[in-house]
Amino acid sequence: MEKINLEYLGQKFNQLQTIDTDNLLSNVRREGFNTFNKKGLPTFKNEEWKYTSVSDLFKKQYHLTEDELKPAISASQVDEIRLPGFENANELVFANGKYVPELSTIRSSKAQLVILPLEEAANGIYKDLVKEHLGKSSLFINDAIHALNTSFIYGGVFIYAVKGQIIENPVYLYHISDAVENHILSQPRSLVFADSSSKLQLVETYKTIGSMDSFTNEVVEVAVKANAILEYYKIQNDGPNGSHVGTTHIRQIGKCYAHTVVVSLDGGMIRNNTNIIMEAAGNEAHMYGLYLLKGNSHVDNHTLVDNRMPNCFSNELYKGVMDERSTGVFSGKIFVRPDAQKTNAYQTNNNILLSENATVNTKPQLEIFADDVKCSHGCTVGRLDEEALFYLRARGISKEHAQAMLLKAFAESIIEQIKIESLKEYAEQLIEERLKGDNS
Amino acid sequence: MKEELDVLEETVSRDYQYGFVTDIETDVVPKGLNENVIRLISQKKNEPEWMLNWRLKAYAHWLKMEEPEWANVKYPPIDFQDIIYYAAPKKKAKVNGLDEVDPELLKTFDKLGISLNEQKRLTGVAVDVVMDSVSVATSFKKQLSEVGIIFCSISEAIQNHPELVRKYLGSVVPMTDNYFAALNSAVFTDGSFCYIPKGVRCPMELSTYFRINTENSGQFERTLIVAEDESYVSYLEGCTAPKRDENQLHAAVVELFAHRKAEIKYSTVQNWFPGDENGQGGIYNFVTKRGICMGDYSKISWSQVETGSAITWKYPSVILKGDNSIGEFYSVALTNHHQQADTGTKMLHLGKNTRSRIVSKGISAGQSQNSYRGLVRAGKHALNARNYSQCDSLLLGDKCGAHTFPYIESKNKTAVIEHEATTSKIGEDQLFYCRQRGIDTEAAVALIVTGFAKEVMNQLPMEFAVEAQKLLAVSLEGSVG
Repeated sequence: MEKINLEYLGQKFNQLQTIDTDNLLSNVRREGFNTFNKKGLPTFKNEEWKYTSVSDLFKKQYHLTEDELKPAISASQVDEIRLPGFENANELVFANGKYVPELSTIRSSKAQLVILPLEEAANGIYKDLVKEHLGKSSLFINDAIHALNTSFIYGGVFIYAVKGQIIENPVYLYHISDAVENHILSQPRSLVFADSSSKLQLVETYKTIGSMDSFTNEVVEVAVKANAILEYYKIQNDGPNGSHVGTTHIRQIGKCYAHTVVVSLDGGMIRNNTNIIMEAAGNEAHMYGLYLLKGNSHVDNHTLVDNRMPNCFSNELYKGVMDERSTGVFSGKIFVRPDAQKTNAYQTNNNILLSENATVNTKPQLEIFADDVKCSHGCTVGRLDEEALFYLRARGISKEHAQAMLLKAFAESIIEQIKIESLKEYAEQLIEERLKGDNS
Repeated sequence: MKEELDVLEETVSRDYQYGFVTDIETDVVPKGLNENVIRLISQKKNEPEWMLNWRLKAYAHWLKMEEPEWANVKYPPIDFQDIIYYAAPKKKAKVNGLDEVDPELLKTFDKLGISLNEQKRLTGVAVDVVMDSVSVATSFKKQLSEVGIIFCSISEAIQNHPELVRKYLGSVVPMTDNYFAALNSAVFTDGSFCYIPKGVRCPMELSTYFRINTENSGQFERTLIVAEDESYVSYLEGCTAPKRDENQLHAAVVELFAHRKAEIKYSTVQNWFPGDENGQGGIYNFVTKRGICMGDYSKISWSQVETGSAITWKYPSVILKGDNSIGEFYSVALTNHHQQADTGTKMLHLGKNTRSRIVSKGISAGQSQNSYRGLVRAGKHALNARNYSQCDSLLLGDKCGAHTFPYIESKNKTAVIEHEATTSKIGEDQLFYCRQRGIDTEAAVALIVTGFAKEVMNQLPMEFAVEAQKLLAVSLEGSVG
């Protein structure tokens, strides 16, 4: 904690507490700040942070924009980050971690989908929902970085899929960090509630403007009720100056279906915590991840599936390709609590190292306290299949091209899990460009 | 299911059959640990100056260390001042052969089913027996010395072969390695030493039996095996302890050193007293075992059957330093009652073309917790390193837990590492199949579990496999239906 300016953070925190004195949010913030002060930055001695160091990140002097809700981001800058399929999407723009309604476009009707600034939701008719569901992730992730986000909950968003509504328009969340003049610390916070029998698709992406560094410390909390479907996609293709620690905490509170895909293509230091908490019997969850790294990128995917009730099913597949000096980390945890009989849980992690200086660390874990379960995990680290390469080259395909073909096929099983067609094509195109670029 | 649980209950209430105490006069050092105790141990063993200094250095380091907490086991804090660090059967003089050993002691080992006389005659296994802290008998010494093999207690080795001990002691597990290794380095009282000269293939299995007899005593033995170029040795280790209400500490260190083209096979059947059905008593088994494949084409293979101990905390590892060296780890860990086991291995690939294989089978019953924790690391220069790991867990009962914590780290693009793990309960369909063919549930369970563990059992030397099989069968007697 030596370099991080505690005084500055404390000052900003107090300032925020006086600006926004709403009881509900300020109490959550207070609690978060206490945890933050108590815990201190995680070191490699902390099992959860064994392979990922955040101390370098905190050596920089970041700026927080907790009190100004409208940073200088123009509509044209938003255009740069727009993802394909935006014509049909609800586009929410976050500037330096703050939700900016003025730049956002909401295409679904209010009868289907409610999108409000978090403060408004916490004071209005959704007060009880916010109270019930905000901050639940801190029970699972109890480190200073998560607590830092909680300490500065302000300018977040509340997304509510109304009961029985199939939301046709996916919700795109654009996170833009304005690092033209200063290093910037963005801390977006979202609370999502998918009511019974609704269907909601969330897509997140990140962009740093300017050449200074940005650090996005994000928390998304999702609660999904019975018979609802939640799809969550995260596409990370920011520059090497964009670092990220993000927690996506999905609670399946009724018998429902969750589907997540996290694709990391570029960035500085990236840590994704994806948690699925099965709080009702008969839940189903699918988690996918792809990390295709080069340069000095460091991507750490931490997943947790917590089976608390019987008859749940989960399947997890994460794949990684590490090139140049990049590092890939995977840590998957499956918990099966004593009551969670008849759990089926599967987890697979496959890695390919392409360069001499690339590293991969993987840690698939099973913790099982019930006896009537079927759980398995598998994990591999290796290189491209020599025989397959030879097969292609024998047919006159250049080595580079053959390698690109094999890698594309390797990545395909993750990309095809993106169920928004335009987004899937976009991801495919990004990967193709990347593989081509690598070879030139 | 009800029936299954009932039978399981039966197993849970089964008694530990090695829980007798032998009434042998012992020479004990008062409880507690300080520099004087270490000096006293060293003095009693008539050790040279360098050995004492080594111990004191380890002790000084130990004082600075903190007890590790990362393992997935729970136990009340250990009072290191409440342990007897030295307890030796009173010997009148140095024993040269079995004939001179205290008859009471021989009876003890008879009860354990390790009749030294029998073994000597029938199986041709050379046995070194360690009771409480001191090695009491080594058989077959003469035959072994004819081919140049040194097999004796480590205290004797310190006296007779100080140059070898000095060279290798602490070379694989440095005294600063971890909390319990440092403690062991400071207070170790005995253990076995084995040296296989160049080109010698050890003509028989070497074996050590450990037994803790004295109340409140800890056992800190140290085993050192050195295999010179192109030699081969197979080493067996077995352990038991009497039933007591208190927990007893067993913190051993085992070091294996394999030179070029040498092969060391190390097998353990660990059956320390596991505590009673309420989790009272039992041995804390905190062991550091590590081997180094120093030379090219060398091989180290660990096989273990772990059925005892209240708490097991043990990770036999191999450092694959020589090119083309091979490391293997085969393990069956069975936990019952309130036992806790956190065991696994480390395979550190440093040399080129190194290979390792891990097969771990965990069986949990009662209210026990069984964890596999393993590390496979391919270093930057470990060209073509290859690892395959398989960890399967079988759950018998609804109150036990099975956990898997593998760590896989690769810094080399030519390394290929695979890890697979499964957890499930005993297959209903398999049981049904057996019962349909007239095999009763109990026998069917034993059959299935034996089959489950077979891959590992096959790795054990014949003499041990029989015992291990029996142990498993007894431990599982009437487990599930």
